[in-house]
Amino acid sequence: MCLAIPARVIELRAGDNALVDLGGIRKEISLALVPQAQVDDYVIVHVGYALGLIDPEEAQRTLAMFEELDRLQPEAL
Amino acid sequence: MKYIDEYRDGELAQRIAERIRDEVRPERQYRFMEFCGGHTHAISRYGVSDLLPANVRMIHGPGCPVCVLPIGRIDLAVKLALEDGAILCSYGDTLRVPASGGLSLLRAKAQGADIRMIYSPSDALKIAEANPEREVVFLAIGFETTTPPTALVIRDAAARGLKNFSVLCCHVLTPAAIEHILAAPGQDPAAVELDGFVGPAHVSIIIGSEPYAEFARRYRKPVVIAGFEPLDVIQAILMLVRQVNGGRAEVENEFVRAVGRNGNSAAQTLMDEIFELRESFEWRGLGEVPFSALRIRAEFAAFDAEKRFDLHYRAVADNKACECGPILRGQKKPTDCRLFGSVCTPENPMGSCMVSNEGACAAHYAYGRYKDIEVVAV
Repeated sequence: MCLAIPARVIELRAGDNALVDLGGIRKEISLALVPQAQVDDYVIVHVGYALGLIDPEEAQRTLAMFEELDRLQPEAL
Repeated sequence: MKYIDEYRDGELAQRIAERIRDEVRPERQYRFMEFCGGHTHAISRYGVSDLLPANVRMIHGPGCPVCVLPIGRIDLAVKLALEDGAILCSYGDTLRVPASGGLSLLRAKAQGADIRMIYSPSDALKIAEANPEREVVFLAIGFETTTPPTALVIRDAAARGLKNFSVLCCHVLTPAAIEHILAAPGQDPAAVELDGFVGPAHVSIIIGSEPYAEFARRYRKPVVIAGFEPLDVIQAILMLVRQVNGGRAEVENEFVRAVGRNGNSAAQTLMDEIFELRESFEWRGLGEVPFSALRIRAEFAAFDAEKRFDLHYRAVADNKACECGPILRGQKKPTDCRLFGSVCTPENPMGSCMVSNEGACAAHYAYGRYKDIEVVAV
């Protein structure tokens, strides 16, 4: 129910709407809840509405966290 | 797809799991609840539990809106469609939830009711505009993720002066349910004891990470907010293990790429404009939970189906043999239910946990049940 997917904004349209790209599929959604979204931003889409933005730098940092596991040692070791 | 594929890397998942196995203390148990059905689904689909050591157990939580919707609420929607002749619109999963008298919204449709499956609340608004002579009701369910879109359509309906559109509001609140589960061991000896929570992904985009701080403090339980991809979940489990080992009970945020401390303030303002707290709301499995759901404010009463059709909620007990209640409280597993996989299947669900693919029973049925069958050589 809460599932939502990241999509790239490719065109801003009238009435708070936008065209987004979901892995090649294009779809019109509403940006009414994320009015600051711009073209090329990734928004998280749920039931036809963007709920939030993806922060590309934080996304990169999370991936780096997965990779850098060896750096983080628990205090017990 | 970007922001999905890289969070599903199997090799990395193995390495994070290895780290978990290295760091867990063999002498203790780790019991973590994933609140959300989205996490339950990911754990089943990607076999995350199989990667964990035996003393780390994931317990499914009640964060599946279809699962926690009680029979009495579906009955109200069935009545609107069958007796009041309304066009009843809702999300696909909702239509299959068992109601009283062997009915569901889908079965009511088979009896001639006008039931429409919609993808988006805005579809319900379009149906109302296209059918000005009919009453159109949107059965709105879901947690904070799904609530802002409902608020928007109510605001839009008011702005357009629609006279035939209303919402049967069944939106529920995540923090109230978490509070209920954490408080349970103090009140009920059968309640499940937990060592930490995997916190909601998309709910947290809306409400932010701050609302969980109180639970971590008051109940001394760690919370790690995590995305819905398998690497997110397994990383969150590692972070929970580390908090438990370190004696910490903090709110950590693995899903920083989408969740901030304060959430989406535009969405929060809108929800506050349209909805107010209900004093109490019945959840399937949890019973009446105080201040755990929303209703439509009096200013928008014209769009409130409960007022418009003078509806009165009546609680209806679940099927006696169905174990959805204890499963939603984390006390039982799907396989503990004798209906599981025999009488109750996704095609013909007896209980709500078998309906939505994020329900604990449906997820285990789809991805886990073959593991329960012992392989024997013949």
